[in-house]
Amino acid sequence: MKKILERSVIEKARDLRAGEYSAVELTAAYLDNIEECDEKIGAYLFCDRKLSLDMAKRADDMLKGGDAPLLCGIPFGVKDNICTAGIPTTAASKMLEGYIPPYSATAYERLERAGAVLLGKTNMDEFGMGSSTENSAYKITKNPNDLRRTPGGSSGGSAAAVSANTAAFALGSDTGGSVRCPAAYCGCVGLKPTYGAVSRYGLIAFSPSLEQIGPLTRTVRDNALVFEAISGKDPKDPTTKDRIGDTLAGLESGVKGVRIGIARELADSNASAETKEAIFSAARALEKEGATIVDISLPSLELATAAYYIISSAEASSCLARYDGVRFGHRTKKECQTVEELFRESRSEGFGKEVKRRILLGTFVLSEGSYDDYYKNATRVRGLVKRDYDCAFKSCDVILSPVCPDKAPFIGEEKDPVDVYLMDKFCVGANLAGIPALSVPCKKSAEGLPVGMQLTAPFGGENILYRVARAYEVIR
Amino acid sequence: MKYINDYELCAGLEVHVELKTKTKIFCSCKTDFGAEPNTQVCPVCLGHPGTLPTLNERAVEYALRAGLCLNCRISELSGFDRKNYFYPDLPKAYQISQYEKPICEGGFLSIETESGEKKIGITRIHMEEDAGKLLHTKERGTLIDYNRAGVPLIEIVSEPDIRSPEEAVAYLRELRSILLYAGVSDCKMNEGSLRCDVNLSVRKKGVAEMGTRCELKNLNSFKFIEKAMEYEYRRQIEVLEGGGEIVQETRRFDESSGKTFSMRKKEKQSDYRFFPEPDLLRVEISEKMIAEVRSSLPVLPKERREKYCESYGIPISDGVILTQDRKIADWFEKAAPLTRYPKTCANMILSEIMAFDESESLPERISPENMASLCDMAGDGTINSAVAKKLIRRMWKSDIDPEKVVADEGLAQIRDRETIRTFVKSAIEAMPKAVEDYKKGKETASRSIVGKAMGLSSGKAAPDIVALLVEEELLKL
Repeated sequence: MKKILERSVIEKARDLRAGEYSAVELTAAYLDNIEECDEKIGAYLFCDRKLSLDMAKRADDMLKGGDAPLLCGIPFGVKDNICTAGIPTTAASKMLEGYIPPYSATAYERLERAGAVLLGKTNMDEFGMGSSTENSAYKITKNPNDLRRTPGGSSGGSAAAVSANTAAFALGSDTGGSVRCPAAYCGCVGLKPTYGAVSRYGLIAFSPSLEQIGPLTRTVRDNALVFEAISGKDPKDPTTKDRIGDTLAGLESGVKGVRIGIARELADSNASAETKEAIFSAARALEKEGATIVDISLPSLELATAAYYIISSAEASSCLARYDGVRFGHRTKKECQTVEELFRESRSEGFGKEVKRRILLGTFVLSEGSYDDYYKNATRVRGLVKRDYDCAFKSCDVILSPVCPDKAPFIGEEKDPVDVYLMDKFCVGANLAGIPALSVPCKKSAEGLPVGMQLTAPFGGENILYRVARAYEVIR
Repeated sequence: MKYINDYELCAGLEVHVELKTKTKIFCSCKTDFGAEPNTQVCPVCLGHPGTLPTLNERAVEYALRAGLCLNCRISELSGFDRKNYFYPDLPKAYQISQYEKPICEGGFLSIETESGEKKIGITRIHMEEDAGKLLHTKERGTLIDYNRAGVPLIEIVSEPDIRSPEEAVAYLRELRSILLYAGVSDCKMNEGSLRCDVNLSVRKKGVAEMGTRCELKNLNSFKFIEKAMEYEYRRQIEVLEGGGEIVQETRRFDESSGKTFSMRKKEKQSDYRFFPEPDLLRVEISEKMIAEVRSSLPVLPKERREKYCESYGIPISDGVILTQDRKIADWFEKAAPLTRYPKTCANMILSEIMAFDESESLPERISPENMASLCDMAGDGTINSAVAKKLIRRMWKSDIDPEKVVADEGLAQIRDRETIRTFVKSAIEAMPKAVEDYKKGKETASRSIVGKAMGLSSGKAAPDIVALLVEEELLKL
């Protein structure tokens, strides 16, 4: 049965319909695998065998009824900042320890309705702040490809689960690379969708103007399938848009005539030589398949990381203000004399170090006297980044770049926060511009570690992303 | 106070009005007043993690209605911002409000003052959500009711054009009646659906710049607003005359002492860290939508009272009262054309009906037709005013036909001089004490004799003739 776990979502969907095995059997196989190997990987924060098997039973009924959606009976993991009604959702924070949301996120609800089977909630950096999953208040997640290394983050648990075959696919969220970075480190396919393509309703907010829920999968086609299932207009999220259309249709059309842009700034960037070589060799391979490589320039990306951290922290300082110990989440046990003291103690105890750092940073940049210098200027940079992309997409269809400057770092490595922030350099542009970006496994590093490459497309361009990624997947 | 006449009061009002939409501004919870605490709440208005606001279109329409009635420019594109501060009644620890670009700007409303009509400028109207309510109890500490959290509000900010407490109240009365006409709010101060803060400063007469202002809070009735402004005006003058300076601060009005007390100084005031609300789209208002709303607006009080003045000779000051409640004004406009004496009709409403409890229920109680025939009879002298008053009280209880009652009960006015003279003579005979007083030079004594004579006629004699004949008969003695 374990061999089956290697199969893609689409193959499993076929097997389920052919009666090779039932959804209950498939789910049980995943649960067994979780029991067997999650102790050492630590991808999950919460699993409930009975709950998963009940969902699987319902899926089997749907399958028997015929006409079941494609994802029916497919077991998956959900990042712990995505609300699941009646199931603990903590965003990997002590602040939300024991919090059980009374409602489900739209993206999760759509999968649930399609008959997909929840295996559990996956680990992450607290509230999505980090790129190693080490900022979780609960546990460290390890990279299944090398247990000494981080899986990346913040959706590290989701990527590790897909990589370790403890989930057929998983949902993550991407505010500044949080789906793409772990996908790259763990060797999965990860999408940061066009802003507004997937409802954020029920995604515990970190930075609403930047983030999107996105799928992590083993293959490009699986990714498109899950994206299809979760995307589309949601009346509960006013920023959502109507679906762009069938992302699966052009999947096998190849790259003949596709113009692939590479920013000339890449050569002098902080990416490792090995990473750069991986990107250039992928470009050569795609060129052989008929694509044209185009030289482009994205000069403002140099400023994007700073702008990203100002905007995301500003929004975070506001979004996380509701965790004050009054209505839900952590409340201090200390005797408090005033309500301000209750707020202060509860928040001091409930939030981790990185979260506090960003709340302070965000509060500062929005304060009277620094708003114009920081927040306002950051929004100007955001405008420049958008303009750079608009300009670049006049001469190319997709942009090829690294996802992260280097391969997955070791767990516990002492790092300067600013150096860690600069690792997001290749990712944050897509979030600032609201455009889609896909992380796809590239060739492996010398030590055999996964290296990812990133494809970025104009607004609503998921189709071309999947098409180019699929073409590369075939020749890799 | 010695220097009071050297100073001028300058005030601007910030009025919060709850819009009477059926549901909250960002979720579908109900907005009924007085429901059991925390029964009109959901994850969205409780600020649960991951929830998002969705804008109630009706709230936008109401804000637009208010803006058009107050002569504002409507923003084609406005937006929401987050106002960040920690308080237990604020579930998200930020209030979704409009800061950078409000929906309406630059309007005015006209009030009637002793020296005629005056325009008070309106700086802006913006939409926002209300907060919950704290209930301080002895037994269980502070409790929070979130039913009100997310109820749509508009904040109407006036220019500092107001020069006296009376003008402030006139502004509020006019604003209230306009909003009632527009049908966007109940405007009940006692239920908190209309709340007012006052920004007040003083300056020496003839000085162009404004003085330093203080914001007055906890003003729960028109009366308290007047009192608080009066007190604050004098306090500021005293400070200045004593050589002191006014500190910009928020001051709380204390109802029992009638004084204002400092709540917080400006430097301690929160920095709200406003920034654009990323969860909501910009609010677009098309020309078409403006035209649609405009065409559905009622005729406003000002236009109505001007018409009453022109067509019926009703003084503007009476028109102000007559038009305060739209239901009464609408009813008056039905009754007035049916009678030959519309002014009598107006007076009847102002002096009699307005004194009744629940006077706003007039349209359900008396038909315009019956009112018109009563006014005709009172106007042409068929009945005297005492009978008219009696009849209106009976009509208030049940909508009777006054003409029929007058005929059935013989209530028509007696104008025959000789008939009346017999009543007068009997009255004089019955009141020797009053006659004596009159002879001693106490002229008012004749009034009690008139009253007696009226009583003898069962109130039906024409009072003017009675008075005349009493004088005549007394002179004969």
